[in-house]
Amino acid sequence: MTALPEATEGRGHSSGPVHAVLIGIALTFLAVFLAAPLVVVFYEAFRKGFHVYAAAVSDPVALAAVKLTLTVAALVVPINLIFGLAAAWLIARFEFRGRGLLTSLLDLPFSVSPVISGMIFVLLFGAQGYLGHWAARHDLKIIFALPGIVLATLFVTSPLIARELIPLLESQGTDEEEAALTLGARGWQTFLWVSLPKIRWGILYGVILCNARAMGEFGAVSVVSGHVRGLTNTIPLHVEILYNEYQIAAAFGVASLLTLLALGTLVAKGMVEWRAGRRAA
Amino acid sequence: MAARRGAGRVLPGFSLSMGVTLTYLGLIILIPLATVFLKAASLSWADVWKTLTDPRTLAAYRLSLWTAVIAALFNAVFGLLVAWVLERYAFPGRRFVDGLIDLPFALPTAVAGIVLTTFYAPTGWAGRVLDPLGIKVAYTETGIVIALIFVGLPFVVRTVQPILRGLEPQIEGAAASLGAGPFQTFVRVIFPELLPALLTGTTLAFARGLGEYGSVIFIAGNMPLKTEITPLLIMIQLEQYNYGGAATIALGFLVISFSLLVLVNALAARTNRPAVRA
Repeated sequence: MTALPEATEGRGHSSGPVHAVLIGIALTFLAVFLAAPLVVVFYEAFRKGFHVYAAAVSDPVALAAVKLTLTVAALVVPINLIFGLAAAWLIARFEFRGRGLLTSLLDLPFSVSPVISGMIFVLLFGAQGYLGHWAARHDLKIIFALPGIVLATLFVTSPLIARELIPLLESQGTDEEEAALTLGARGWQTFLWVSLPKIRWGILYGVILCNARAMGEFGAVSVVSGHVRGLTNTIPLHVEILYNEYQIAAAFGVASLLTLLALGTLVAKGMVEWRAGRRAA
Repeated sequence: MAARRGAGRVLPGFSLSMGVTLTYLGLIILIPLATVFLKAASLSWADVWKTLTDPRTLAAYRLSLWTAVIAALFNAVFGLLVAWVLERYAFPGRRFVDGLIDLPFALPTAVAGIVLTTFYAPTGWAGRVLDPLGIKVAYTETGIVIALIFVGLPFVVRTVQPILRGLEPQIEGAAASLGAGPFQTFVRVIFPELLPALLTGTTLAFARGLGEYGSVIFIAGNMPLKTEITPLLIMIQLEQYNYGGAATIALGFLVISFSLLVLVNALAARTNRPAVRA
């Protein structure tokens, strides 16, 4: 997580034309594969005129989806922040048996398909699920309701903050913490006043990433949501429904909100890297 | 490493962080994941075998695997090139382009899906150029590969970039002074240093591609036996309340993907040994 330094041109001794050709190929590739799709979102969103766009994003069903997505992120991000801090502290600061295994388990959700990530909660809490009867007896609605969406999103986004913090903590060493403890600081004081400030940009970046993924998750949420319009549809699910109903302009209108979220995430990431880099310098 | 071991349990919070981590991993990750095994184990062998050898399941496995492989290899080549250009060459807009690399991480997959479909459909900007040439992208396997290239690219670029940045310039200077041309220097000196990171990045892109759902289902066409990826087949079984079938297909898929990932990681670990490099 560091800002891009100056290019190291002139290190090797490639000739000018080679540079130009390689830059040309790389930029053409990125333009076709990354930039063009980005332009498509806003072109399609505004193609039918601003009033269609405004109607799509202010539709009550769309607003309900926005509200649900914000609720999910507001629940998921703090929980995963606590988990991420605990897991990173544990793995980066202590040697213990099974540390390698624990690190692999932490990354496990990254290698599980989003659809499987959603499915496991249906198998657990669905009507025929292992805890389905228990949930029904206690009148708990988990699948096709908010708790299921939150659980699936927690699963999918759980490694993001921990992964950001582990290398950061490892690179910093423990000298300052040990000094604080020697000087008589309590464990909590040391953590709050010595450790946390050192990793605050990493935390912020992890939170930004986790939030973006929580708001944008599609596959896992799609399995557990039940697609009840105005009730259990998050923004990405609402986009899917509009698109499948051939309301293309409206679909891209709502999708443009998510695209702005993505662009905001990239800008925030750049700013965090810049601040972190300036502090280190 | 030694400092950390020396510090031992002097630092506070071992039990608390261990407790929080294990509780969370158990409740949110491991117990839910165990249901896949439990569900599949509750079926008879005959049923499991029938589901796993069903032509539709086999076709989905095959499609998911080869599209993820092709996309990962494509990303290995172009990701390395992009990382190289970003780290080594100065050009206008370099920082902007560097920021854009993370777009596939940040953009929700459903948005990527409808955008790529619109872009490559016969009426879309890219489709209008490719269609007359007889190249069909949307609603074909090619479309699936394109979507997987999109979601996988940052993994390669972001894994290779820091290694490229950390290479000592003296090494290249030494190679040059010993008479190596730029191409030779790259192939014999720089590439072996990058190879472990390149393998790791490519593996990450491959793993992401295997399970990818949102960006693929819009562009894939979703024809059973032809363009139906494994995650979609699982989704269809779930929608038909065939939970046993869904769990069996998922378990088979998890076994295949984890075996492959372990294999590639072992390979990456081997390339990291100095003996191989020498």
